[in-house]
Parts: sequence; structure tokens; C-alpha cells
Amino acid sequence: MTGALWRIFLRDCALLVPGGRGGGSLLPLLFFLAVAMLYPFAVGPDAPLLARTGGGVVWVAALLAAILPLDRLIAPDLERGFFDQWALRGIAEEAVMAVRIVAHWLSFGPLLMLAALPAAALLGIDGSTLRTVELGLLAGTPGLAAIGVLIAALTASLRSGAALAGLLLIPLAVPILIFGAGSLSTGGESGLALTAAISLVLLAITPFAAGGAIRAARD
Amino acid sequence: MQATLPQPAITVTDLACRRGDRLLFRGLHFAVGPGEALHLAGPNGIGKSSLIRMLAGLLRPFAGTVTREGTIALLDERPALDPYLPLGKALDFWSRLDGAQSAHAGEISERLGLTHLLDVPVRYLSTGQTKRAALARLAGQQANTWLLDEPLNGLDRNAVATVEALVADHCAAGGTAIIASHQPFMLAELARFELERYAP
Repeated sequence: MTGALWRIFLRDCALLVPGGRGGGSLLPLLFFLAVAMLYPFAVGPDAPLLARTGGGVVWVAALLAAILPLDRLIAPDLERGFFDQWALRGIAEEAVMAVRIVAHWLSFGPLLMLAALPAAALLGIDGSTLRTVELGLLAGTPGLAAIGVLIAALTASLRSGAALAGLLLIPLAVPILIFGAGSLSTGGESGLALTAAISLVLLAITPFAAGGAIRAARD
Repeated sequence: MQATLPQPAITVTDLACRRGDRLLFRGLHFAVGPGEALHLAGPNGIGKSSLIRMLAGLLRPFAGTVTREGTIALLDERPALDPYLPLGKALDFWSRLDGAQSAHAGEISERLGLTHLLDVPVRYLSTGQTKRAALARLAGQQANTWLLDEPLNGLDRNAVATVEALVADHCAAGGTAIIASHQPFMLAELARFELERYAP
């Protein structure tokens, strides 16, 4: 089964990672950078204000960028019968979901952390705040990836799933946002630790919840 | 191709199926052993596809049990092939996952007339070609039991004969096949199962 899961992981990566064959796109990254670029135009060239609020904007942009690929995450494979074929081969839905969380994170997490560097320059964020933002993203984006897979699995069999997915993500992502962005104002390690803790809880729950959603979609 | 099993590959006991608030069939009993083939016949909406999914273990029976021996392969209306990949690569994903030998996969592709299509992305294939591609995926799995839901849909006469020969070889090698189809399926010693008799 490990070999089979490795094959599925390679396919997931080819599907989701930008430049891959499945049209995995740079859209989340471009969206993220667009927000960082537009924000200074919207609030005006007030450097202290930008520096103070910039970190929060980076977080909101990261959260919204993570929503963009949700409609391609689970629904196409469900429609094409991949999940049924894996089930016939005795590959648990939970394992497939765990693999997909990793692939989904790889498709946007590292890129967002990289894009946070030019975003920080655009918003005039200083070095120590940038460090907190980067650490926060490292702790928070795996949780966002887990939420994404969970919601995509829950809404995969619904007709207007994509619209619902966007709405569902917001309440689930709020804890990550509160502690992730909150660590900026307190500057403390505790916010980062709590962000990481929420991410871990989500990572632990999601494979089972998403796997259950796929099985329920069969009836 | 596969080891012969002493006991029935699929045994169905007192099976009933309900979709929504409608009972489709009940009191179903049958057993299909190695080397045997069964044709599930009946008009549209009688529950053939639901029965196939129950036999595959993908749909929970409303009542009764299904016992399976050995591995199961399923062909339904969804090919489970990545549409933007060339056919060869899309089939490769499954043959690697199943750990099949590439020689065997090549042989199946040739038999189903897919060799010249291996470079064509799956989304450009016609209905019949996609069906043949899905059959290649199914045969490549080398499972004991084949569950075929309308395997002849969209196929021309030559392809129908090929599929019938493929199923015949599978059964001759000790495999089991259950075919749900409203079309006639030509196979020596094909038992026929009229699902209509079990409708409430």
C-alpha cells in the first residue's frame, strides 16, 4: 500500500503544483502578490500605518489565496471515479486524504512563504516582523491546507460546492488567523505556538473527516 | 492469469437495494464461482448499476450480505483516467499502482486497438475509445473478479467482439465476470440473471 500511496502522491503533486500537467496554477501566488501590491494604493503612502497593518494583510491574503484551488482539489477525482478505484484496491480514503493534504500544502505553502518577502518590501514591514510573519505562515499554512482538503471533500458532491467552500472556510480558518496574525502584535512565541497547535489538530482530524465525507458521497 | 479459488468469488445472500424511498429489488440470492460469468439483465432503472456497486462494496446493501473472495476490478461509466494526460501515461499510473508488468499492459492495449492512441490525451478520445481505454485499465489490474457495468456502451461491432473475447479469456483463466448490460453479450456458458423478477 505504501508504494501505491507514493504513486498517488506523485500524481497529486503533478496535478496541484504550479507548472504541472494538471493546470495547477500560479493563481494563488499572483492573487497574494496582487493584494500586497494594491493595499498601499488603497490606504495611501503612510509608512507607519502600512508597517503596522501590513502583517495582518499578508495573513488575510494568504488565507484567501488558499481558497482558490479548492474546486480542483477533490471534486474532479470524485467525478472521474478515482476514489472508487482506489477503494477497490483497498487503499483507505483516509490515507489518500493525508497524502493530498501534503501535496496541496506543497502547491501553495512554500510559494506563499517565498512571496511574503516581496510582499513585505511592498508593505514596508521590518525585519523582525517579517520573521514572525514567515514563522507564522510556516505554522499556519499546513492548517490552511488541511481545512482546504476538508472543505473540498465535504462539498465535492454538491452542485454549487465551490461557492459554499469559500463560505465554509472562513469560520474554520478564523482561529489560525487570530493566533497567526495575533502573534504580530504581541511579538511573542505563544501566538506562533498556538497557530502550530491548531494546525496540528486540523492535520490530525482532516484525513478522517474528509475520508468519511468521500464515503458518504457514494450513497 | 490468476490462481483458481476453491470457493465462489462472489456470494449474494438475501440482498435488497433501496434508492431514496424506492425499493429496487429484494430477496436476491446467487453465487458466482471461478471461471463463471453472469449476465445481469433488465430494463433501465431496475437497479443493475446499484447492484454492481454493492457487489464492489461501494454501496451499502439495504438488507442482506455480499461476500467477496479475491480482488475486484470495476468498470463503470467513469473511466478514472486523467483527461489531460496522454492515454499511455494515464494507463501507466494504474499499471504502476497495481504493480503489473509492462509487457502485459502493452499486450492489452494492442488487443483493444489502443496502441496508436497512446500519445493522444484522454480528453480527445471518442466515447468508444474512452470505453476501450477503461477496459485496458480494468484488464491491467489482473483482478480475480471483473464487475462490468454496461461494458458495450458506445462500442462498434469489432470492439464488442474484442471485449467478449477478453471476458471469455478471463473466465477461461479462472476469473469471474459479472456483466450488467441491457445489450446481448455473446459468451459461451453465460448464465443470465433477470433482475426484474426480484422487483417488489
